[in-house]
Amino acid sequence: MSARPQPLVVGAGPAGIRAAEALVAGGLRPLVVDEAPACGGQIYRQRLVDDGRSTKDLYGSEAGKAERLHAAFGALEGKIDYRPQALLWNLRDGVADIVVAGATRRVAYDGLVLATGATDRVLPVPGWTLPGVFTLGGSQVALKAQGCAIGSCVVFAGSGPLLYLVAWQYMKAGVEVAAVLDAAPAIAKLNLLRALPLDPGIVLRGTRFVAELRLRGVAIRTGIEDLRFEGEGRVSGVAWREGSRELRLDCDGVGYGLALRSETQLADLAGCDFRFDQRDRAWLPVRDTAGRASVPGVYLAGDGAGIAGADAAECAGERAALALLEDRGLAFDKVRAAKLEAALARIGRLRDALEAAFPFPAHWAAGIDNATTLCRCEEITAGTVREAASRFDIGEINRLKAVSRIGMGRCQGRMCAAASAEVLADATGKPIEVVGRLRAQAPVKPIPLALQLTAEPAELPEAAE
Amino acid sequence: MSRHLDVDVAIIGGGLVGSSAALALRNMGLSVALLDKGFCGAQASGVNYGGVRRQGRPLEQLPLSQRAHAIWPRLRELIGIDGEFLRSGHLKLARSEEDMASLEAYAAAVADQGLDLELIGHNGLRERFPWIDGSILGASLCAGDGHANPRLVSAAFASAARRAGAHVLENTPVTGVMRLGEGFVLEAGEDVSLKARFVINSAGAWADRFAADFGEPVPLTRIYPSMIVTEPVELVMSVNIGMEGGGIYARQVERGNCVVGGERALPLDDPDFSRPRGDGVLAIMNRTAEVFPKLRHAQAIRFWSGTEAAMPDKNPVIGFSDTTPGLIHAFGFTGAGFQIAPGVGEVLAELVRDGRTATPIEAFSISRFSHDRIRHGSGAGTHPEPQPRGAST
Repeated sequence: MSARPQPLVVGAGPAGIRAAEALVAGGLRPLVVDEAPACGGQIYRQRLVDDGRSTKDLYGSEAGKAERLHAAFGALEGKIDYRPQALLWNLRDGVADIVVAGATRRVAYDGLVLATGATDRVLPVPGWTLPGVFTLGGSQVALKAQGCAIGSCVVFAGSGPLLYLVAWQYMKAGVEVAAVLDAAPAIAKLNLLRALPLDPGIVLRGTRFVAELRLRGVAIRTGIEDLRFEGEGRVSGVAWREGSRELRLDCDGVGYGLALRSETQLADLAGCDFRFDQRDRAWLPVRDTAGRASVPGVYLAGDGAGIAGADAAECAGERAALALLEDRGLAFDKVRAAKLEAALARIGRLRDALEAAFPFPAHWAAGIDNATTLCRCEEITAGTVREAASRFDIGEINRLKAVSRIGMGRCQGRMCAAASAEVLADATGKPIEVVGRLRAQAPVKPIPLALQLTAEPAELPEAAE
Repeated sequence: MSRHLDVDVAIIGGGLVGSSAALALRNMGLSVALLDKGFCGAQASGVNYGGVRRQGRPLEQLPLSQRAHAIWPRLRELIGIDGEFLRSGHLKLARSEEDMASLEAYAAAVADQGLDLELIGHNGLRERFPWIDGSILGASLCAGDGHANPRLVSAAFASAARRAGAHVLENTPVTGVMRLGEGFVLEAGEDVSLKARFVINSAGAWADRFAADFGEPVPLTRIYPSMIVTEPVELVMSVNIGMEGGGIYARQVERGNCVVGGERALPLDDPDFSRPRGDGVLAIMNRTAEVFPKLRHAQAIRFWSGTEAAMPDKNPVIGFSDTTPGLIHAFGFTGAGFQIAPGVGEVLAELVRDGRTATPIEAFSISRFSHDRIRHGSGAGTHPEPQPRGAST
């Protein structure tokens, strides 16, 4: 067979690892690029140095999965081309631009598996940019990778399963957790009963986190409103409201986040169609049950294509790789593919129940005051956004970006687009899906002007087939 | 529910030309419908580099350019915002003796046009603009030129036209336009119909289809300029920078971001959209780091492109149709429309009101392409490929 370029897997988290593994099993030699220094993604992120902590210390109940996944990726050594600490900043029509070690190279690929993962979804509240305020994911990274805490007396606030997991991990690590402030009302947790038959383990684990946190005297408040972080130059306290009661707590660190958002820029640059997903309250690339995107040869897996968690990511990564093999005319395990799709469907139903247990705070946008910064890169406040929308009679997010600079900074809207869309929808009285989504532009992340193009080096060979 | 409008002027295309014409017409008391297939100012008018520059324009454009030059400082009064217009000066760099000679020749040729160009030698450049790399031999400074924010200016002209009483119909592509009786009838969007005494074709990269509909095919092509912007950095670039013979052009906004253009992008599958090429942006970035050493460690945070109409002689088409009374064209600005557009808007309004303008625009007549028409014959059915009458704006 003539040498076709190798498939490209973007991301070495649960989805990317299982995709690479299945491609190798199918006889291909993929190129795997990942921004992190070691495999595992966010959830199974590895510590930077051996600090004596065991995998059990790091990953708790998920230690077994982490170990299996890291080992599976280790076993691919020599069978894949792996580029850690690599930034894929642009791609189109079978050519990707990748920065490795300070130089950029153009790599041809045939078949693209996007396993780009997710970040926290942050809805700004007063004080969210104060030093000492971290995302929930950031808090977890500090603990996992660097073995340090974000403060000595920490409050975790927001919503989503991650809220309780990170609080529990901090408590286990010996950090004083002052409180867990959940924006979801207590009654929403009844939806967990729906999740129970689908995955008793996950519900029971969550229940155990809550019980252990309570046992250690951690205050757990639900249905909190008007959350704000206070402090001069650094966070020193958290204030909120419960019904008509104003409450406040001292702390020196805050972990904050409202569920997760998918990293979809590469799917956008690849030309994939998007649809609005009510469950994630986000625009997501369209994919079929196998993970095929609307663009032939592009496959989507893991949280980057819609939030479903690490177990789903493993299934989706492998399933997407099987689809790639099938589309390339190679042998693949049909029975296995059907099994994976069944597992993904089951997890999908679980997600429905979990999302209902941690519902999106629908009134957030109406309550956000004009002085609060929405876009921290460009320092644009909610008031500026509302004023721009009204002055220019704007009801679409890309037009809002054009006149207000929102989403034009270093993060290119990755952090602020969701919040800006909420504010715009609220200001114009439109449903969130009507205001649209920010079109992605390269570079996906900032790159230096003096970046030099290097010839494709020998260590990135054409795939042998 | 269908909507019918009866107006003096229907403007096809809500870019800066169409929007500024709409505003000028409203200020004359004429009724106006401004139609755009998408959002006003969302195409080339809104995503261009933002140079407000007379220097370097061909001689025949300078009267129009001077007219626009007088409008730019009045933006706040006209459209409510200053559009971040900065009269920073425009400095055109020479990389070689040949470049410098051609800057000198240009300065001599336009000496009586009021641009007040100042030629600067190598030593002067080192002294006054030490942030420019020493390899640059010399430059020509036009102190009265500057730059502005196209994203704001274009949208604000459309908003001002709307506040002044123009019917601004966005997301309303014109699906049909024809001469009928004393005027025109137009169909647009799902259910909009219009009657108008005049039609202005300011449809930018989509204008050729409307011209062809009236038997005036033009050799319009599309170009896709490629742009990058850096994160905010220390203020170093005090002037808008151009280069003789092409290369890059660069400006720094008050916030500190540097906007740099150069190269060409590629159209996407939907040719209304385009995207910079990876190697193209790298070339722009590297050249920026060479010419402005202080930016060597700056990060590029975004690339973009836009769809723009170009004419083979690099001059726009401005003026009355050759074939159809009441039809006025204004398109094909070939990458240099931003500065003159507000002047063009005023000229178009005068053409409607008076049938003439004091600003010389003969060089931009569509008749200069009439030999194409003779060669191709005229009227519908003779296009190289079938063009639906439903051209969009």
